[in-house]
Amino acid sequence: MTRYLARKITIYLLTFFVAVTIDWAIPRLMPGNPIDGLISRINADPAASEELHGFFTKSFELDQPLWKQYVNFWWGLLHGDLGPSIAYVGSRVDELIWAALPYTLALLVPAIVLSYIAGNRVGAMAARRKVLDNTVLPVAYVLTATPYVFLALLLAYFVAFQWQLLPVSGAYDFSLQPAWTPEFAQSFLSHWILPFLSLFLVSFGGWAIGMRNLIIYELEADYANYLQSLGTPNRLVRKYAYSNAVLPQMTGLALALGVIVGGALVTEIVYGYPGVGSLLLTAIQNRDYFLLQGIFLFIIIGVLIANFVVDLLYVVVDPRTRTGLQGQQ
Amino acid sequence: MSEVGHTESVSTGSAEISVVLVDEPERRFGSEVAHFAIRNTKFLIGLSVVLFFLVLAIVGPWLTDAEPFEFGFPTGEPPSSEYWLGTTAPGQDVFAQFVYGLRASFVVGAVAGLVAATIGMAVGFTAGYRGGVIDDVLSMLTNVVLVIPTLAVLIIVSAYLSVSSLLGEAVLIGLTSWPWAARAIRAQTFTLTSREFVSLARLSGRRGGKIIVTEIAPNMSSYLFLVMILLFGSSILIAATLDFLGLGPANVMSLGLMLNLAVSNAALQLGMWWWFIPPGIAITAIVGGLYVLNVGLDEVFNPKLRET
Repeated sequence: MTRYLARKITIYLLTFFVAVTIDWAIPRLMPGNPIDGLISRINADPAASEELHGFFTKSFELDQPLWKQYVNFWWGLLHGDLGPSIAYVGSRVDELIWAALPYTLALLVPAIVLSYIAGNRVGAMAARRKVLDNTVLPVAYVLTATPYVFLALLLAYFVAFQWQLLPVSGAYDFSLQPAWTPEFAQSFLSHWILPFLSLFLVSFGGWAIGMRNLIIYELEADYANYLQSLGTPNRLVRKYAYSNAVLPQMTGLALALGVIVGGALVTEIVYGYPGVGSLLLTAIQNRDYFLLQGIFLFIIIGVLIANFVVDLLYVVVDPRTRTGLQGQQ
Repeated sequence: MSEVGHTESVSTGSAEISVVLVDEPERRFGSEVAHFAIRNTKFLIGLSVVLFFLVLAIVGPWLTDAEPFEFGFPTGEPPSSEYWLGTTAPGQDVFAQFVYGLRASFVVGAVAGLVAATIGMAVGFTAGYRGGVIDDVLSMLTNVVLVIPTLAVLIIVSAYLSVSSLLGEAVLIGLTSWPWAARAIRAQTFTLTSREFVSLARLSGRRGGKIIVTEIAPNMSSYLFLVMILLFGSSILIAATLDFLGLGPANVMSLGLMLNLAVSNAALQLGMWWWFIPPGIAITAIVGGLYVLNVGLDEVFNPKLRET
């Protein structure tokens, strides 16, 4: 188990190192001087341009040798300093992201966990049951093929604008202040349901299909046939099949994390939900490069942590990793 | 990320061992695939959906005189016999945007899929065939790139480079989405490398590259084909997300850009469903069609999965 976890942690540290290096290198690899490119996009008047030029040179520390820039970048990073924001004058990038993060997590964590559980259950039920299979599977295929943006748009259009059932825009009613009151909780929840549902449904489809296929595969395995020939109740055979099918699904969960995070970003934009996704849109529209780089780092760190959590769960689920026989590839 | 329980039965023909037998199994294999393909509903449904949109993407632009970015049409009109899919709030023709956007989606999907498949094959074949230290290094590289969320990298790269062409966008997507393909191909190559016919080819003194091309790749051609289809579909989805975020080429109309424009011009609030529903349905249908086609083909190639 230690070997298994050590291997994983090595990969994550290496990944983090590579990601930070990419984050540092991209603005500097850009053809031409990055600062001129930035300023021409911001379209300021000459006097302001002069000012900006100084600001950027200092911020990017381009007047220093490369290795020093790189070391400073890491130094700032490890102290939680991600630079100033251009779009939100006077704010620091890390403050902005920390403020937006709870909203994104409030959508993402329940969506990932619940869709994984529900998708696996429904997929397992549908396998080798004609009626369920013929109804659930087509729906699951449509759901998983739907881009997150589009499902979010559809739900927002019909549920919120046409039928006026739920509010959109923001995480709570603008007349309220965040507080521990029932009124606020109710407002928060009604704004939360639709973006959550969009995320939930798309990922649900993928898990259901995956689990259904895996269960069919398992039910054809020798051990399943043997159990059946012994007269073992169907329920028990399915239970064994399920425990085996969960392993590849968990590997799939680790792989799908990045995609779901991307889905959360665009979903927030559609609903005007004040999380990291909306911050990202502002950053893109205002060419706020420090903010973009900061968001990039937060996404990487988040995905790495989530991956590690999946690995730990894998140790719990798969006894082989504990005895060091073999493990998740 | 399909778990394809694969292929004892696909093409046992081995060109190297017997010259006489070369032709026979190959031809039988081809007609067998066709035989099962035309009887597989999933394959047929998926294929027809994808082909329908492909044809629309090819001939669509000839059916309209409007250019996707051209203004001067009535503003915000619902679909009519004159404007088949209506017009946008600032007065553009939605049908023109739609068919040109379809073209863009297919181009991005094909190019990005090809780039990703090429890298994935290069890494997967090399790692699986060579083994040892090379495998360790390549697998580590694959695992690292696999963990980094593709979209995050694409967002930061395309924001800095401000991609201005469809091909640029496609190549960027291809460069980031190859790892799972590499891993899958490596695993397949691993099992094939230990077979007799590969050992025989090795004994005959052939160079590694040649053995991969003539012995290993043909024996997993159906698998490679499935990988290509999945890469094609996922590239279309990634491109749509990037375009929606406004990070695609701004001068090329795409389905994602249509969604972006619809949202930023308050199509939801104005009730202009004809602006965002067609591009959304098209992406869903193409990607869904590709998935279903993929499952169907899997059954065609792999007798174990056939239901009857």
